[in-house]
Amino acid sequence: MSHSASGVLATEGFHAPGPIDFFLPDFTGKSWNQDGYQVLLTKSSVLLVLGAVVAYLFLAMTSRRGKVVPTKGQYLGEQAYSFVRNGVAQDIIGAKDFKRYVPLLVSLFFFIVVNNLFSIVPLLQFAPFSRVSFAYGLAALVWIVYNTVGIMDKGLLGYLKHSTIPAGVPGWILPLLIPLEFLSNIMIRPITMSLRLFANMFAGHLLLILFSTGGAYLLLHATGSVVLKPAGVLAFALGVAIGFLEVVVALLQAYVFTLLTAQYISGALASEH
Amino acid sequence: MTPIFLAAATTTPAEPNPLVPHVSEIVLVLIIFGLLFLLVRKYVVPAFEKSFAERRDAIEGGIERAEQAQTEAARLLEQYNAQLAEARAEAAQIREGARAEAQRIVEDLRSQAQEESARIVARGAEQLAAQRSQVVRELRGEIGTLAVELSEKIVGQTLSDDASVRSTVDAFLADIEQQQSSGTARAGGPGGTA
Repeated sequence: MSHSASGVLATEGFHAPGPIDFFLPDFTGKSWNQDGYQVLLTKSSVLLVLGAVVAYLFLAMTSRRGKVVPTKGQYLGEQAYSFVRNGVAQDIIGAKDFKRYVPLLVSLFFFIVVNNLFSIVPLLQFAPFSRVSFAYGLAALVWIVYNTVGIMDKGLLGYLKHSTIPAGVPGWILPLLIPLEFLSNIMIRPITMSLRLFANMFAGHLLLILFSTGGAYLLLHATGSVVLKPAGVLAFALGVAIGFLEVVVALLQAYVFTLLTAQYISGALASEH
Repeated sequence: MTPIFLAAATTTPAEPNPLVPHVSEIVLVLIIFGLLFLLVRKYVVPAFEKSFAERRDAIEGGIERAEQAQTEAARLLEQYNAQLAEARAEAAQIREGARAEAQRIVEDLRSQAQEESARIVARGAEQLAAQRSQVVRELRGEIGTLAVELSEKIVGQTLSDDASVRSTVDAFLADIEQQQSSGTARAGGPGGTA
């Protein structure tokens, strides 16, 4: 960064991390938006595929030899699978219909959780869902699924009525309520869903970059004050703490995404509001 | 350029907007997730569900088998108890029968023995009476003869053919006999009628 050769602290030029750090060049060296070029073959895309492969291998290997008395690996897989199957699908959608949606919810949870955990795996160190388009894709899929489920269950008009007119509301408020309900139930949901996942992973990765590059800069290059080097050490320590926080965030966001999917499907199926 | 300026304040290239969607990436994630979903639906979920079902079967089957064994055991116990009660009743019956039989045998034997002893006693008395009458008869003859002989010796003459003598002897004997019979009647002894 030759243009930032000046500054109080950044005597040798500290480049503060920003959104640009999430626009990785592809393996041919072409970068984002270069001549309208849609970069695809980037580290984030490769990690996304790797995440799917790892998620599938984990599930396949732990479920392959289903023994009545499970081995350790099988037990781990079964616990994780049961967590989604019983803790999310069955509890939220209900014992009657949940089985149809278990494959979707299990795939979503493990796909997202593995991808999110990549953000703190050494050498990988990037969460694909900090690329918003991946989150958009999944949220759009969920949007299509829960609306289709509702329309299949109640018919198009029945579903629209079901999702826009709350039960037991006086008639005069409906002109106000129907657009609001439509907005919140049909329009806003996929946006909040994708942005929640994206923003958490984006912010976490940004913090990790900031603390590690900032710490390195303070330790190695910054001059002018004696407190700067200890501050660099502190930055590294905080970076490690953020790394642990990232594990929690990774699990939590995968859980929230799966939970919301189940909730939306359950809402589309429910007989009453 | 003054040295106070921060990098961002001077010349920063336009940062890309991180919220702008990239169609290629959306398509990629849909394809990848779609494949994962199909594989999970085809292989993973059925495998997990199968092992869950097997485990449930194993547990419920075990419970069912245990219940079956328990009812079987209860049935057998009842059967044994019934058989035992039956055997006890039978044994009691047999014992009762045996006791009655023994009683009957004892009664029989006792009555038989009594009969026998009565018979023996009767026969003994009969024999005794017969012997006694025989002895009396013999003695009567003999005493007469002896008395006559003795009197002849005392008197020194023959008295044998004298009818008056005979009648005297007879009268004497009858007198003795009478005395004797009254004596025995006084004593109250058995066989006094001989």
